[in-house]
Amino acid sequence: MINKQIANAAEAVADVFDGATIMIGGFGEAGSPIELIHALIDQGASNLTVINNNTGSGEVGLAALIKAKRVSKMICSYPKTANSTVFPELYRNGDIKLELVPQGTLAERIRAGGSGIPAFYTPTSLGTPLGEGKECRTINDREYVLEYGITADFTLIKGRVADTHGNAIYNKTARNFAPLMAMAGNITIIQAAQVVAPGEIDPETIITPGIFVNRVVKIPEPAIESQLVSAGETYP
Amino acid sequence: MTGLTRDEMAKRLAQDIPDGSYVNLGIGIPELVAKFVPEGREFIYHTENGLLGMGPTPEEGEGDPELINAGKKHVTALPGAAYFHHADSFAMIRGGHLDLCVLGALQVSKDGDLANWSTGAPDAIPAVGGAMDLVAGVKSIYVITQHCTKNGDPKLVPSCTYPLTGCGVVDRIYTDLAVIEVTPEGFRLIELTPGIDFAYVQERTGAPLLQVEGHAT
Repeated sequence: MINKQIANAAEAVADVFDGATIMIGGFGEAGSPIELIHALIDQGASNLTVINNNTGSGEVGLAALIKAKRVSKMICSYPKTANSTVFPELYRNGDIKLELVPQGTLAERIRAGGSGIPAFYTPTSLGTPLGEGKECRTINDREYVLEYGITADFTLIKGRVADTHGNAIYNKTARNFAPLMAMAGNITIIQAAQVVAPGEIDPETIITPGIFVNRVVKIPEPAIESQLVSAGETYP
Repeated sequence: MTGLTRDEMAKRLAQDIPDGSYVNLGIGIPELVAKFVPEGREFIYHTENGLLGMGPTPEEGEGDPELINAGKKHVTALPGAAYFHHADSFAMIRGGHLDLCVLGALQVSKDGDLANWSTGAPDAIPAVGGAMDLVAGVKSIYVITQHCTKNGDPKLVPSCTYPLTGCGVVDRIYTDLAVIEVTPEGFRLIELTPGIDFAYVQERTGAPLLQVEGHAT
């Protein structure tokens, strides 16, 4: 019988290894799987490469993982946000690497990685510093830049409702990168406020089919990052 | 001579957006355009983090942390709105499905090159977001910006000295002093702000400004 539900966040991330590549869903705080990230901090894996659109805020969630020196490299499109101080400081000191990727290219690289497409051509970044040194090709009189798909050892995402087969739906703009990262993770872990039996989510409304999800963790009342940050909270 | 305020610039630009347009507004002055939809027209706003049909800022305290715009500020969803993931969002952008994108600028060159993501300063944290995808894919790119920097240097230049966002991508520029079109021959003046004369704008523009024949100067 298929049941992907795991008892808690700690068990869900127990096998993350040093040097792993990890995709973490979210655009700013919207969709950030904060409880899974905190479990990863407790778990202790280090030298991680993390793929997220941003670099977190305050000293909770992704910013706390970076602050704990567990991340050696970030792949993102926008590493600075309001209340984002942890990454900039480490970056200026040369203590963390950055691969800056245009946001749409980042999304497509993740989708490609999860879809068996090794690379693709895009007009984005042509003639800019982010396109420099990349293979180019003219197709139908327009020049394009070659970009490579990316995959991850683990993906951590947040949904609103998941069933025990891993089928999932999201909440508003918290969906963002999650469905793409779910496809590109070797082990995809979703935290959901509600976990239900198969059949309880209308199949017509499912956004992420369960085949892309390996582990489901129920986090009934996930923390809200901006509230933790304004309260001055830190993790651990 | 006094140019337009930020609100007046946004209002001026909004007059040129056709009814029914799908529009992406960048962060800063571009966001103000949404306040000035001309009577009788409807625009649908796209935000690249996964929403079409973005509505105004909610009342204080009514915001939802999972309903935000590309600037990570709370927004609302209007009737007819749709949520989608990032690959679909950038398919809308790159696939040429959006009619217009309004962006801020550090510099625009006479060839329509745009620099708006980095000054290239050694201690700056480089951050590009979706700007390079937007300029590569959206049908029309309008820039809205002060005509000059705070130091009085021209932002409209022969060629950009800051790192580029895209090459030959800008169609029009709306500033406090004028509306300017980018043509194969260079910058062309479309309209002067009332009370501003041609010489004043040319003096503050880093490349020659062409004039439409018969345009009053």
